[in-house]
Amino acid sequence: MNSFKKNLLKKRYNAERRFQWYGKIAIGLALSFLTVFMFQIFSKGYSAFQKTWIVTEVHYDKELLLIDAESPSKDDLENADYYDVAYKAMTSLDPGLPEEEDRQLIQMVSYKYEAEVKDLLLKNPDYLGKIVPIKLTASDDVDQVHKRNYPRDIPEENRRVNDYQLQIYDMLNERGDILSEFNISFFTSPDSREAELAGIASSFMGTVFSILVCLAFSFPVAVLAAIYLEEFAPKNKFTDFIEVNINNLAAVPSIVFGLLGLGVLLAVFNLPRSTPLVGGITLSLMTLPTIIIAARASLKAVPPSIREAALAMGASNMQTTMHHTVPLSMPGTLSGTIIGLAQALGETAPLILIGMVAFVNTIPGTPVDPAASLPVQIYIWSESAERGFVEKVSACIMVLLAFLILMNLAAQIVRHKFEKKWS
Amino acid sequence: MSKIKTENVNVYYGSKQALFDVSVDIAEKEVTALIGPSGCGKSTFLRCLNRMNDVIEICRVEGSIKMDNLELNSRKLDVVRLRENVGMVFQKPNPFPKTIYENVAYGPTIHGIAQSKEEMDQIVETSLKKAALWNEVKDRLDEIGTGLSGGQQQRLCIARAISVSPEVILMDEPCSALDPIATAQIEELIDDLKKEVTIVIVTHSMSQAARVSQKTGFFHLGKLIEFGPTDKIFKNPDNQQTQDYITGRFG
Repeated sequence: MNSFKKNLLKKRYNAERRFQWYGKIAIGLALSFLTVFMFQIFSKGYSAFQKTWIVTEVHYDKELLLIDAESPSKDDLENADYYDVAYKAMTSLDPGLPEEEDRQLIQMVSYKYEAEVKDLLLKNPDYLGKIVPIKLTASDDVDQVHKRNYPRDIPEENRRVNDYQLQIYDMLNERGDILSEFNISFFTSPDSREAELAGIASSFMGTVFSILVCLAFSFPVAVLAAIYLEEFAPKNKFTDFIEVNINNLAAVPSIVFGLLGLGVLLAVFNLPRSTPLVGGITLSLMTLPTIIIAARASLKAVPPSIREAALAMGASNMQTTMHHTVPLSMPGTLSGTIIGLAQALGETAPLILIGMVAFVNTIPGTPVDPAASLPVQIYIWSESAERGFVEKVSACIMVLLAFLILMNLAAQIVRHKFEKKWS
Repeated sequence: MSKIKTENVNVYYGSKQALFDVSVDIAEKEVTALIGPSGCGKSTFLRCLNRMNDVIEICRVEGSIKMDNLELNSRKLDVVRLRENVGMVFQKPNPFPKTIYENVAYGPTIHGIAQSKEEMDQIVETSLKKAALWNEVKDRLDEIGTGLSGGQQQRLCIARAISVSPEVILMDEPCSALDPIATAQIEELIDDLKKEVTIVIVTHSMSQAARVSQKTGFFHLGKLIEFGPTDKIFKNPDNQQTQDYITGRFG
């Protein structure tokens, strides 16, 4: 081999090695972005899954409860006055505090503390007249202090938790009366203006209903359209035109569909505002082209030899399509559908336009009840100033990501498990 | 006796003419082989006989194709009925990605041939036996047909074609994707089947045409150059082009 050839060969090998390195660097960059992103979310969000409680003692004093009956009924307990009992439960933490300063103690628990005091007695009627320990939801400020998300070293006038409250907190913490438990209410409560009480139940249900409505509207329409276009429609200028427009539809920014939902579904058809029904239909407009394209691609992927085999057996076009082509294309269509729905799941803009951004503090039971959705919930919370919402935003993102990962996983499984391999 | 009789069949793909005035008589319960170089129109002609060209939108067929005096090239013809009577086996084995049983039972199901499960079982068994596949698959009828070997798949396709007891079976190069042993099995099968059905087979292998057929037609550039008894075509053809093709001088 002469030196020119040797050099050329060396150059070729070097070029390949260089190219492989570029690829590795690109993948490394992508992975590191992802890692940073995930770390950001997890490190900020994991604490939202912990809830802080303040343990104190409550005396269910019949006199203070204004209960006269010897053996009070459920109704008596229901209608009793818990204000004083609850108030005393909190102020007993520091009996020396002058009365005009007591708000400082009350502010350390959530504004629902009175209801919590009531609930405990309703669940355990035999506590009446006794002194029992009780867990009260800590206010978001105390919660953040406990989770060490709140700086203690800034000047007092800039702090939402003052020195006195910190002192009480430290005392309770030393006694072991500050509890940190898994935050069930984050999953079971609707939204709230108070960070310590806010949960994702209403937005989660809103998302589930929206997705179901979206599926119910878009799947049948898209599959029928795809089957007709692929298997029955004549190929001419008009069908080409339709095809181009379906592809265009897939590229339309989602906010435009939101305007359409606002202008048509709400203004013309007078459907109820802020509901998953309207949200789902609006999202289905977005999902429709995605499913049509996926369904057509998987119909196209069915080898023509299968159609010929069926036709040659004397099957009609309809039978060939329904017995062979469509069942064989279903795995691809379904995984395309799930991916379309996963896209819809993360949509925020169209839902904001049709009013699903409203503050909803009830859990929707049907698709026509007002609801938010997970991405909109993230948006709403991210606009809130309280520090308690920062971790909630990340936690909500984690729930949304888990939902998305599950759906994409389902799409992969459907595809790999059921798709026929053509040799 | 003539089963299929074509007169002046012309086929066009768009503006391109693929067949020119093909007139031929296909005899009943015989094997008719169609030979010729690639692109000569023999497959196109075969697909005229069960109207498979309908699938191709730009394809246009002119002329008369009669089966038992029924005009096939007519808009009024019920293609579904026609294809029940004229089965087809393709070049590449194309069983449905379903079980072996379902593959064979598909035709009888859509045409309502079997009244009961027992009858269907019977049809499946007979068809598989006629296709010389029964012994190999009788214990695994619920396995997927596409999991069989190439030769078995092709015999499964033949079983599927004969499950509706057609009068004619069209075979489009049925052995071109098979090894010599599988090919020999299929040829044996063709020999058996011709007792009951009329077979038209397109083949690239001249030795196969010589082995299995009674009549042979030679196509070239869309024209039927010569048609006659296989012996005569191979030993003493009238036409010089046929002679050249047979002896391997072109094609």
